[in-house]
Amino acid sequence: MKLDVQHIKRILGFAFLMGFQIGLANTWTVCSTCENSSIKETILRAAPYDTLLIEKGTYKEFEILVDKPLVIKGIDYPIVDGEKKGEIFRITSDDVTLDGLFVINVGVSYTKDNAAIRVVQSKNFLIQNMVLEQLFFGIYLEKSSHGKVYHNRIIGEAVDEYNSGNGIQLWYSSDIEVAKNHVQGTRDGIYLEFSDRITISDNVSMNNLRYGLHFMFSNHDVYTRNTFENNGAGVAVMFSKFITMKNNTFRKNWGTAAYGMLLKEITDAEIVGNIFEENTIGINIEGSNRIKYADNDFISNGWAIRVVGACYTNSFKGNNFLYNSFDISYNSKLNDNVFEGNFWSSYTGYDLDKDGVGDVPYRPVKLFSYVVNRTPETIVLLRSLFMDIIDFSERVSPVFTPDNLKDAQPLMKIRP
Amino acid sequence: MLKILKYSFYDLIRSRWSYVYFLFYLALGFVLLFLNNDVSKAVITLMNVIIVLIPLIGTIFGVMYYYNSREFTELLLAQPIKRSSIFMGQYFGVAGSLTLSLVLGLGIPFVLYGLLRSNAIFDFSLLLITGAFLTFIFVGLSFVIAISNENKIKGFGYAVLLWLFLAVVYDGLFLMSLIVFEEYPLDTFSLVATALNPIDLSRILILLKLDISALLGYTGAIFKKFFGTDLGFLISIVILLLWTILPILGLRYKAGKKDF
Repeated sequence: MKLDVQHIKRILGFAFLMGFQIGLANTWTVCSTCENSSIKETILRAAPYDTLLIEKGTYKEFEILVDKPLVIKGIDYPIVDGEKKGEIFRITSDDVTLDGLFVINVGVSYTKDNAAIRVVQSKNFLIQNMVLEQLFFGIYLEKSSHGKVYHNRIIGEAVDEYNSGNGIQLWYSSDIEVAKNHVQGTRDGIYLEFSDRITISDNVSMNNLRYGLHFMFSNHDVYTRNTFENNGAGVAVMFSKFITMKNNTFRKNWGTAAYGMLLKEITDAEIVGNIFEENTIGINIEGSNRIKYADNDFISNGWAIRVVGACYTNSFKGNNFLYNSFDISYNSKLNDNVFEGNFWSSYTGYDLDKDGVGDVPYRPVKLFSYVVNRTPETIVLLRSLFMDIIDFSERVSPVFTPDNLKDAQPLMKIRP
Repeated sequence: MLKILKYSFYDLIRSRWSYVYFLFYLALGFVLLFLNNDVSKAVITLMNVIIVLIPLIGTIFGVMYYYNSREFTELLLAQPIKRSSIFMGQYFGVAGSLTLSLVLGLGIPFVLYGLLRSNAIFDFSLLLITGAFLTFIFVGLSFVIAISNENKIKGFGYAVLLWLFLAVVYDGLFLMSLIVFEEYPLDTFSLVATALNPIDLSRILILLKLDISALLGYTGAIFKKFFGTDLGFLISIVILLLWTILPILGLRYKAGKKDF
């Protein structure tokens, strides 16, 4: 009994002490003329749950270890200059907030993935309003969870894939929100590897060397309302399951291997309400099953959808296909995918019973797309009279294209 | 030459066929815009019309005009006028009036439908420029054919055959050769083969603006250089100019040697 009371007392005392500490969390001001002129040393002095206010100035520091719960907040964007010597911030504690710093000059290394901000095995972190420039890797989250990466600006100057890093990288992380960031000029804008239950929304990812957003072995992730423009490929989703992709915009991903979206070994995903505009290939699909494509707009792409192989039980419903050079290209005679109730701008049928659905089925695969698959140089014959005649005859009596690959209920009017 | 050009031009402007041609384009422009209500989509449809119809009409019109005005030409030849200026005058008269019908016929509906405020104006002007080039090229070719054939039926036959060959058969042969020789690197060949046919060349010129995203899909350094930069545009224009000049030179040569 006595022991118990002592035990309770001790717990109470500890709780009191904790409360005292939280209640009286100190605020440390760091500036070049203050008593505390270095971020690194101030962190050493600070107690958990303190706040560091970094005033305007330039701090030439790198390998800043944040190993206790702290709020590090910049006032008027102080510059933290790593002088290309290595990693800049390394967060190893839970409950850390980084806010409003201008971090530049991360060291490029061929053996270590140096990042401007690395979060290691932490929870409940918040990284917001940061500006990262001259970087190798931007924000690198490693085995972390329940955090938020919000409203950061990451501007890289990547030239070659082999010596550049990713803007935001998540590795073995889960339950993280990535929102309203702007990433450009890196290798992959946002890269997820073995990361589950991630929400990615309202980001802009552009001019990246490889992909705007890249999934590898990551499941149950959601990305919405993002814009991907002029990347090597907009989004690559590979070897992942249950990904939801909604209301994103994929624009101007041009080039010989450029896609709006590249799907490889994906199952059970949902692709709804996205806009694919002026990409060489809107969506490139390979080995992907049970995917629902609905209410997307494919506008002025070279190929709206290119099916490369082994794609089964996918459904394409209620999409708009507008002025694409090729609506769908297909490379096998088997078809197990459903096309229904889409609007095709090149549909020429009629609607006598006026129910808004065309009376003649539409065959979206042109013979010419087979010819181009076989001999790519024939692309110079695009839209020639000869090709139109051949396509027409194939449409009347299909020989090369799968007989059942058709939209039996094409819409007469564009889906609003 | 200018005087003859003027006579030919006014003669044609007053003729029924010019009006029909003009009204055809006017109707086409209005109908397309009425049905699509979208200028950029209409430009794509127009391209198909332009690369097929303009050569056909240019060829037929050129041959017809030459044979119809034969007596007038012989009368002129009796006068102290240079041969080349007689034929050049007639040639530019026909080509000029056809181009005028084209530009006005298509231009009016598009301007009325707000082309000037749309960003498709560049595509559209390119379309008209290409159309003008094609008119000049095919009227020139048809004049050469007509001047080399006394027999009207033969001349018509050759002219229509020429159109059929360049518009359809050529592409068929082109496609066959690409497929037969698919094992070999073909990008230079395909670009050269395109340049050898003015219809294909104009098509590519327009596609450079409309379907660039598809054209860039093929992996090939030469293609990439041609389609990915302004180089392709410049080369196409230069070759089209060559295509325009060659029939004119041929016409001058034939006209100079022919015994009337």
